[in-house]
Amino acid sequence: MSYLVQGKKGEQRLFMGNEAIARGALEAGISVAAGYPGTPSSEIIENLAKVSKDRHLYVEWSVNEKVALEVAAAASFAGLRALCVMKQNGVNVASDFLLHLAGSGTRAGLVLVPCDDPGALSSVNEGESRHFARLVEIPLLEPGNFQEAKEMVRYAFTLSEELRTLVMVRSVTRLSHASGNVTLGELPPTGSKAYFKHDGFILDQMEGAVISSPVEYKHTLQQERVQKAAELFEESPFNTYSGPPDPEVLLITSSACNLYSKEAVRLLQAESRVGILKMGTTWPLPPRFVERHLRMADTILIVEEVLPFLEESVKILAAELAPTIGVKTFYGKRDGAIPATGEMNPDRVIQGLARVLGIDYQPVSEGYAQKALESAFFGAPERDLTFCPGCPHRASFWSIHNALQLDHRQGFVCGDIGCYSLAMRPTGYETLKTLHAMGSGTGVASGFGMLREFGLDQPVLAVSGDSTFFHAVMPALANAAHHGANITVVVLDNSGTAMTGFQPHPGLTVDAEGNTVQALDIRRICEAMGVEVRQCDPFDLAATQATLLELISSRQGPNVLILKQLCALSPERKGKRMFNMHIDETICLGENCGCNRLCTRVFKCPGLIWDKAKRVSRIDDVICAGCGVCASICPAGAIQKEAV
Amino acid sequence: MNGSMTALAADPYNMIITGVGGQGNVLASRLLGNMLMAQGLNITIGETFGASQRGGSVMSHLRASTFNDLSPQIPKGRAHLVVSLEPTEALRVLKDYGSEQVHVLCNMRPIHAIAVISGEAQYPEAEQLKGWITDLSHKAWFLNATETAMEMGNPIFTNIILVGALSATGVLPLDRDIFEATIARMVPSDKIAKNLEAFDRGKDLIEN
Repeated sequence: MSYLVQGKKGEQRLFMGNEAIARGALEAGISVAAGYPGTPSSEIIENLAKVSKDRHLYVEWSVNEKVALEVAAAASFAGLRALCVMKQNGVNVASDFLLHLAGSGTRAGLVLVPCDDPGALSSVNEGESRHFARLVEIPLLEPGNFQEAKEMVRYAFTLSEELRTLVMVRSVTRLSHASGNVTLGELPPTGSKAYFKHDGFILDQMEGAVISSPVEYKHTLQQERVQKAAELFEESPFNTYSGPPDPEVLLITSSACNLYSKEAVRLLQAESRVGILKMGTTWPLPPRFVERHLRMADTILIVEEVLPFLEESVKILAAELAPTIGVKTFYGKRDGAIPATGEMNPDRVIQGLARVLGIDYQPVSEGYAQKALESAFFGAPERDLTFCPGCPHRASFWSIHNALQLDHRQGFVCGDIGCYSLAMRPTGYETLKTLHAMGSGTGVASGFGMLREFGLDQPVLAVSGDSTFFHAVMPALANAAHHGANITVVVLDNSGTAMTGFQPHPGLTVDAEGNTVQALDIRRICEAMGVEVRQCDPFDLAATQATLLELISSRQGPNVLILKQLCALSPERKGKRMFNMHIDETICLGENCGCNRLCTRVFKCPGLIWDKAKRVSRIDDVICAGCGVCASICPAGAIQKEAV
Repeated sequence: MNGSMTALAADPYNMIITGVGGQGNVLASRLLGNMLMAQGLNITIGETFGASQRGGSVMSHLRASTFNDLSPQIPKGRAHLVVSLEPTEALRVLKDYGSEQVHVLCNMRPIHAIAVISGEAQYPEAEQLKGWITDLSHKAWFLNATETAMEMGNPIFTNIILVGALSATGVLPLDRDIFEATIARMVPSDKIAKNLEAFDRGKDLIEN
């Protein structure tokens, strides 16, 4: 049994924020959980899937975030509490349904947990989900520590049922992927029954059809719910003040910034000058509660990630209240006291707060800082991200890059989202020339492919992972097929959602709970769209490059190359070498070879080392994964492989 | 709680475990966190896993304290201890989080960044690295944990060897009994003996 459901009420655990969120949902008695993998959110669904049998849950990795929210909503409509989880930009994908769901309202508790990634630690954006709460008019909660992550999720279900609307609980990387002490609560009995009542009066939320029309009537209801939420939030224990009764500066904050702010006040020894108003219910704000605290100080500093969301809401209230509370001086994102891009940390808050308070703060002596900077400059060479040793993507992009070079027509690749996004960097030979959202590689390529009549005669390629293919590439490929766009889509099929930890997708025979299910065949799907499909093992460089050259020369509408090879970290491959690799130092000519050490200079697998002293390449036995690909690129035959 | 606190040199006591993706520092931070939590301390761990398997630098910030509202990111210049699985990563961390007071425990096995593999950047000599790190710390210990792990048959034990070595430095209360009880909850039962061996060999690297 998973440790997530072990332990009695009152016991303490070291939980990751995502585990705390999952535990909170279990303590709320959810029956259904759905999501799409995305860092930093993935561990929530993973952990719930592990306890699905123990807790009688239905847990699924949905095909994309919109479908995940639809699946969770169905449970709510049928009287079951349901959780839906995604990363920040997943909410963009789900947003069309989200808008209509906010309009129709819900029945049993329905909670959406987006995990935002300020600073884009594992994203190609630092978009925010919070704005969707205001946009579609649903309540928003933001936990300010690990315990609260659990408590807030549990409370969100109660709130959802009280208001009959979806509730958003927003996490961030530094909560989701950080850990702290969490005290366990009770797990309720399982055994909920589902039934969808649909034949009552049309406007009856619990018995009629679940629809967002008549629109103006439903929209009015929605705004009344938000007003009611603001009333309830007046007494919320998630909003707290700590500090003197008459602070010089009132610091208003939420989420992980609460922890940074507390640290900043302590390190600046400003406890007697600064009060911290930690808001857990950040939309709608409870007006009277906020008013009471705004009265405490004339100087207000707002600390949050990423955009000035809380700042704007507080300023609107302050403007309305100005006749009674007086004019305030605000510091935050808009004046630059707190940066409006990137993630916060204690030091960024210290900097902003020190400026407002007129304090000088120096964490270490200037001498030490200078010495450390110089040592690191000379001693710690930049460590760019790379594909793992043995990664099929390195081989795939080697072939794509070489095929485009041989073709000579300035062809290019439209990128997509997954580990293979790294091919915009040197590890993938800087092959990707556009990179946007899930599925956008094929969509953008489809557009490029239609520009022939304007003279664009460069080969157009797109890449897609296997999970990404199902998520959002299928409609884009249908578009390309229907319009006859001349593009080559390369599906980098490594049999799992590898980037986020091998979550299953519709192309596999296993689901989130470990059940055997029907797998959808990417090849047959493409063929059903009338697209020519070829398949290669990317570790076979010669066959892959020859096939690619043939496909990009075709003028017959879109075609697809599936490059199928397991991820090097997949349970099937991890720790198992296909080949023992060896470099014959008597054959390797290093810099004197015609290749000028192609393997280390250009191919750059981390499993290879350039031995400066001996002037030959070496295999790093600790790192090499034994894929054998480097043996194929060595023109001298010095890199040798021996099947294991 | 008071008994533990006398054993901690500062409150909060701030540690950074650093290395390169795939070296096992996420597990090491969890292990250390659980060992210290078992002694009644509040633990806060901040991790960057996005790049954890992709050759990037990976840091875990681990804080033990009587406070329960600490930032999962340690403020600049405030680390008391840096445990590094790779020597250039120790320098990278010291640049931002080091001070004259910091202790460093450093595994000397290099992992070359791709700019080093390609020849665009140079990897420093071991003695030079040791010099810089010593110069930037109150006290530093250097060891060849990866080689010891390979003697044991698998480089995967490097992180546990470092935890054993850390216990022998005496900077933190990390008894063998607590290690045994904690690791038993984290790995399958047939792996416990090997992990204990790794812990002991790490201790030996410091004590002998």
